[in-house]
Formats: sequence, C-alpha cells, structure tokens
Amino acid sequence: MLAAIDLFFLVSTMVKIVFFVMVVVMTLVAYTVYAERRFSAIIQDRVGPNRVGIPFTKISLAGLGQPIADGLKFLLKEDFTPKHVNTFYYWLAPALTMVPALMSAAVVPFGSEMAIPFGDEIYRVPLVIADINVGPVFVFAITSLSVYGIVIAGWSSNSKYSFFGGVRSSSQMISYEICMGLSIIPVIMILGELNLTKIVEAQSANGWLLLPAWGNGLSMQSWLLLIPVIISFVIFTISIFAETNRLPFDLPECETELVAGYHTEYSSMKFALFFLGEYAAMIIGSGIIVTLFLGGWSLPFGLSEHLLANKGGFWGIITPLIHFGCFMSKVVAFLLFFIWVRWSIPRFRYDQLMRLGWVFFFEIALANIVLTAIIMVVLR
Amino acid sequence: MAIVVNRPKLSFLENLYFPGIIKGLIITIKHAFKSLRGETHVTMQYPEEKWDAHLPDYYRGAPTLVKDEHERERCVSCQLCEFICPPRAITITPGEIPKDDKWGKVEKAPKAFEIDMIRCIYCGLCEEVCPEQAIYLRKDYAITGTSRAEMVHDKEKLYEIGGVRTGLVNKWNELK
Repeated sequence: MLAAIDLFFLVSTMVKIVFFVMVVVMTLVAYTVYAERRFSAIIQDRVGPNRVGIPFTKISLAGLGQPIADGLKFLLKEDFTPKHVNTFYYWLAPALTMVPALMSAAVVPFGSEMAIPFGDEIYRVPLVIADINVGPVFVFAITSLSVYGIVIAGWSSNSKYSFFGGVRSSSQMISYEICMGLSIIPVIMILGELNLTKIVEAQSANGWLLLPAWGNGLSMQSWLLLIPVIISFVIFTISIFAETNRLPFDLPECETELVAGYHTEYSSMKFALFFLGEYAAMIIGSGIIVTLFLGGWSLPFGLSEHLLANKGGFWGIITPLIHFGCFMSKVVAFLLFFIWVRWSIPRFRYDQLMRLGWVFFFEIALANIVLTAIIMVVLR
Repeated sequence: MAIVVNRPKLSFLENLYFPGIIKGLIITIKHAFKSLRGETHVTMQYPEEKWDAHLPDYYRGAPTLVKDEHERERCVSCQLCEFICPPRAITITPGEIPKDDKWGKVEKAPKAFEIDMIRCIYCGLCEEVCPEQAIYLRKDYAITGTSRAEMVHDKEKLYEIGGVRTGLVNKWNELK
C-alpha cells in the first residue's frame, strides 16, 4: 500500500502549492493592492502611499512596506461580529470567497517542466500544481463557486445594503458566466485541447493566439482566425472583469449606493479575506487570460523552443525559471491593465450591465463560435 | 411646465462605446506618465519639503518675546497682552527692577512670562496691543510637544525663539 504512494510526487506538489499559492499569489495580492494605490494616485495626479519602508528607520523605499503594515493592521483590528447577524454563515462567507479563488490557481501552468538531476536520476516536475485534462472547465466550475461566499455574506449580514450586494452579485455572475464560457470555445476549437499545459506548449511552438508570428502560426488560417480570437479575447477579458467584481462592474459593492455592498458588516481579518479573495481572483483571472491567449509562460517569437532545446542538468532548472519570470511579467502587465481600467471607466448602471451581458456578449460569443468553425472548415 | 430635454443623438461610433473607453484610457495614462515624469504639481511632501521660504511677512506664527539692542528685556510687565488675550493663554508674573540697576528707570520686568501654546490662537492681538513692542509673532508654526507642560512656553523659551529686535522703542535710552 505504502509503495503505491509516490513520495516524490507528494512532496513536489506540496512544495508547488506552498510556493505558488502561498508565496507568489499572496505576495502578489499584497503588492497588487499597493500597485493599485500608487497607480490610481499617479492617474489622479496624487502621490499615493510612499512613506512606509523599513520599520524604525527613515528608509521609505517608495512605500514598499505599506502592504505589510496594512496586513498587520487588519490582524490587529477588533474582530467585531454584529448582534443581528447569522453567526455561522457570517463566519463562513469570507472563507467561501477566498478558497475558490485560490483553488483555481491549481490548474494554471506557471512554467515549463523542471528537470532536477538528483543522484543519477532526473526528476521531472511540471510547473503546474494539478496537470488535469479539464483546465478551463475546472476554472469555470471553481470560480463560479465564489458567488456563494458573496451571497451568503450578503444574506447572513442581515442588512439591506449587504443583501442588495449579494443579490446583485449572483445575477451578475450568472449573466457573465455564460458568455465567459462561450467565448473560450473558439480557443478550444482552434487548439483542440483542454489541458492548459498543452495549450501553452502548442502556443509556444506555433505562435500565441493573439500573436501568430512564428512556427505554424505563419499561415493564412491563423491570421484569419485572429478575428474570432480577438473577439473572444475582448469578451473573455470583460467577463473576467465582471466575474471578479472589478470596476466597471463592481455593482455588488458599489460605494455610492450600497455603502460597501456585501461586506458592509465585516471588519478586520474577515473583511481582509474578502479583499484577498477579490484580488486573488483577479490574479488567477489574468493568469488564465495569459495562458489562453498570450502563450502562458512562453517567450515570444519561438525563443522558448530554443531554450527548451537545451538539455542537460543546468538548463533543466534555468529554463523553467526564465519561463516563470515570463509568465509573471505577463500577469503583472495584465494586473496593471486591470487597475488602469478601474481608474478610467465609471461604473455601469445595473440595467446596462444586464443588457451588455445577455443581449450583446452572449449573442456575439455564439456568432463567434460559428465564425471560427467556418474559417476552420474553409481554410483547412 | 415640464421642460423636455432631448437626449443627444449619438453617432454610430459613439454607440459602439469602445472608442469612448479607449479615449478615456488614453487620458488617464497620459496623466499617469505626466506624474511619473514629475510634470504634475502634487501635494508638498511636508517634513522633507517646507514652504518656509514662501511665508509672507504678515504670517502669524508663534508669539515670542524680544530683547532690544542692549540685551534688555523689552517687556515691562504692563500685562496688557495678558488682558487682551482672547483665549487667556498668557500668564505674567510681574517683577521689579531694583533702583540702582542700569535700567532702573524702567521699573518693571516680568519675573515669569508663560504662553500656553495649546490655548494660543495666533490672533496677534498681543503684538498689536504691546506698547513696548516686546511681543512678536514669529514665523514658527510647528509647535509640538508630548505633554501639556511641554506646550507651555516659559520666558527662556520665548526669548530663545524671539531673539533681538533693534531700534523700535527709544524712550528708555540714556539720552532721553
């Protein structure tokens, strides 16, 4: 029985979980909040947090200590539970928003396969936590669970603002889930693959979907397919905005109408968990956009293929690290885009949001599938 | 009577909504780059940058006592400032100058002179009322302390901030 357990697999998976989810995503969450504050500040001709640096010194490092100070503040604040709430669900809700966001990180490939020489054996570690064959489907299944956290928070808070926030969130999620799912069907049709690792490998060899400039990508078909790919890219990105409750679709927590929406009654670390969940979802969302449309960890212009061709001990470790850096820089660029959009575009009205989801994107995504199929059949 | 405001007719491009979004994005990124290049006037970073050089002559900062060119305390303890002070921040304990002193004919000088900077409202009435031009509002504005006692400026502190002002009142000079 014991022999059946692959100890190396277990350990390497644990290390990957701790490294990617705990270290990378969590740190990135903290620093996305910081980036959000600094970026919004420079957009609005302000300065932003630039004071907190190394404690007890006057070194401010342009405010890079701010996220740590914020986290500490959240931990030290009074954890207040109002009398009128349903305590069990009130405590459950923050975890329910945060867990799905982190869980969907499991299928995102963040680097190419690592080959670690150990003794005379070479251990191969794919840099993805769970290399499963249902990548995007798994992501949709898990991320749509996060709506439960929001709805339960809104309902258990027993306050009209929270309740409205929860209700809005659920209807928003339902209307955007559909066009989000439909919008990536063209991608799956073109690549013929549901495994995210293989999707990235195919794009690494034959050109990213949005930049087919090398390998087999230099064909008439790929360039014509750019039209449906761009359409599905736009729809998918906008749906991710709606899915993560980011402005311009942050109706569940719009400050002007609903105080703070579903987390009105929350304080201290429970509030921070909602915050963490929102930003983690944003990071994973950008990770998935990058994986599907921008070639995941691969370097542009087939450079990854050259790197992967280098076999031998030393390269087996360096190459995945370079690819990891490439993936992270793409994700960070996307996060900055998220922030940029948030501070440029005003919030949609509720009926506009519904109209956009059901009347426009749903139909466009459907037509897009047909268009892709036609192009693929005609130019086979 | 109801006033009908017609909705503006939108062109096809405006109806598409995307050009508007892109225009907005360009505007914000322009602001961002301007800020990054340091071309935008942003808030002054206070403790590092200060506005002291731009303070106008009539700026009313902390009230202080001044001495004259002979190192004589100008204050003669007439207590007019104490009486006019609206928040009653000033407390003076008058003292006598002995007859055989060089400034014996001035007769009085403050034994203690205290201004409670927690109470002071920087109105400048003390400066206005002083017949000896002994009390002045200087340009110091960052008056801080960690206790109430520390915020009370005594005579020594007041002279330290105030310093010397020459040639304003000449009635006590030898020649007169």
